[in-house]
Amino acid sequence: MIVPRHYKEMPQRYRLQGNRCKACGKVFLPPRLVCPCGSEDLEDYSLSWKGKILSYTIIRTPPTQFKYQKPYAVAIVELEGGGTVQCQVTDTSLEEVEIGKEVEIVFRKIFSEGEAGIHCYGYKCRVV
Amino acid sequence: MRDVAVIGIGITKFGELWWQNLRELYVEAALKAIKDAGVDHLDSMYVGCMTSGLFCAQEHLGSLMADYLGQKHLPAYRIESACASGGLAFRLGYIEVASGMSDIVLVGGVEKMLTGADATFALASAADQEYEAFHGNTFPGLYAMIAKAHMTKYGTTREQMAAVAVKSHDNGSKNPNAQFPLKISKEMVLNATPVADPLGLFDCSPVSDGAAAVILCPVELAKKYTDTIIKVIGSGAATSTIALHQRDDITFLDAVYQAGKRAYEVAGLKPEDIDFAEVHDCFTIAEICCIEALGFCEVGQGGPFSEAGNTALDGKVPINTSGGLKSKGHPVGATGVAQIVELVEQLRGSAGERQVKNAKRGLAQNMGGSGGSSVVHILEVQ
Repeated sequence: MIVPRHYKEMPQRYRLQGNRCKACGKVFLPPRLVCPCGSEDLEDYSLSWKGKILSYTIIRTPPTQFKYQKPYAVAIVELEGGGTVQCQVTDTSLEEVEIGKEVEIVFRKIFSEGEAGIHCYGYKCRVV
Repeated sequence: MRDVAVIGIGITKFGELWWQNLRELYVEAALKAIKDAGVDHLDSMYVGCMTSGLFCAQEHLGSLMADYLGQKHLPAYRIESACASGGLAFRLGYIEVASGMSDIVLVGGVEKMLTGADATFALASAADQEYEAFHGNTFPGLYAMIAKAHMTKYGTTREQMAAVAVKSHDNGSKNPNAQFPLKISKEMVLNATPVADPLGLFDCSPVSDGAAAVILCPVELAKKYTDTIIKVIGSGAATSTIALHQRDDITFLDAVYQAGKRAYEVAGLKPEDIDFAEVHDCFTIAEICCIEALGFCEVGQGGPFSEAGNTALDGKVPINTSGGLKSKGHPVGATGVAQIVELVEQLRGSAGERQVKNAKRGLAQNMGGSGGSSVVHILEVQ
């Protein structure tokens, strides 16, 4: 991770700022310039901070930059009003993480990058 | 379009090859393929490799490999499609020969993964870096999510997934080039160290070094080099969303389905016409999903189909006779080409102890990422 690359993603990571296709209604995070339906008519759309778990795993062998967090849960979350995200499940015991559970999105530090230790922030979810 | 044949194959041992570097691995496999074919020159070369940049800090592989193969001035292309790099390189080599642009083309694949670099981090570059890897997910993690969803939707069990690994190791125990040519038990798979729930260490393919290469030429020219003509009768490639969570159904590998459909159409065949197949079993659940998407069994039934022995060497459709990625090893850029090498061994009848009886048509399916890309080829002995 280098700072300019991370900076570009901040609206998505800090505010769930995506977009929605005006032709077919599909919601995207990150925003897209063209919808798979072919339309280029998309509008800004802030995704909901509530959703449910579609699938999940418990990571026990993480990449180096996450080694102090293991074990941790990562889930695919379907958000109310459209859109799906992948994020960690936080503030929740690993036994409580299940498919179908309702979650809310929360703002958290994700990891610190490289020797400079740049803090990278974004969204996680927690079971409600 | 001209008909294309595979006239030479070469492969290195797969495994922890600390004494061989990236270029030595590639050149060993390439020289074996050139000698096996008996050709005295090459017209062009495709090098499949996923991420030599992250593993070895080396890019520009077209130049490097042509140079060290003693082929200065040869047009050479490096092809990348994550773990499907080798399969995609083969497809492009096939297209170049079929088009009439070149007669003799070498397609090689290589990966040097055991260099001290963080393999989990390097492999995660095949996922959506900003929206999957950023959150700490890994490749075992992505396939674990597919497994959880498959278990919930279809009732697939850990025991069924374990049966895939046991079968692959049975086959791999008969392959002298395999990284782990050892038989394993279902209990070993079920009790292995957890990696990403529900997947344990023995559900995962290993980190490997290795290379493989093949020589392609038009069928008409192939008669000059060999009496056993092995023809490429089907080829298909497809992509899907790179991020798993953006797929409509995460339990169905739609890129595999599309690539397979296209290859079957080109060949004029159906899944039941295939005698055996090499599929991309980077994880046990991946083999289950791949055989479903390729039509070898009903969607959702890959687990029970595998557990019943249908995919064993003497089963209805033998899958991963080489041992697959699981037992043979998975040097990612080499895998797609190594699958073609196994098809040719089987079709020549030279697969030794793991020979499939009456093997006339084989299918190879290579896959990138969590199913973001896939390549399928069908080969037939004439």
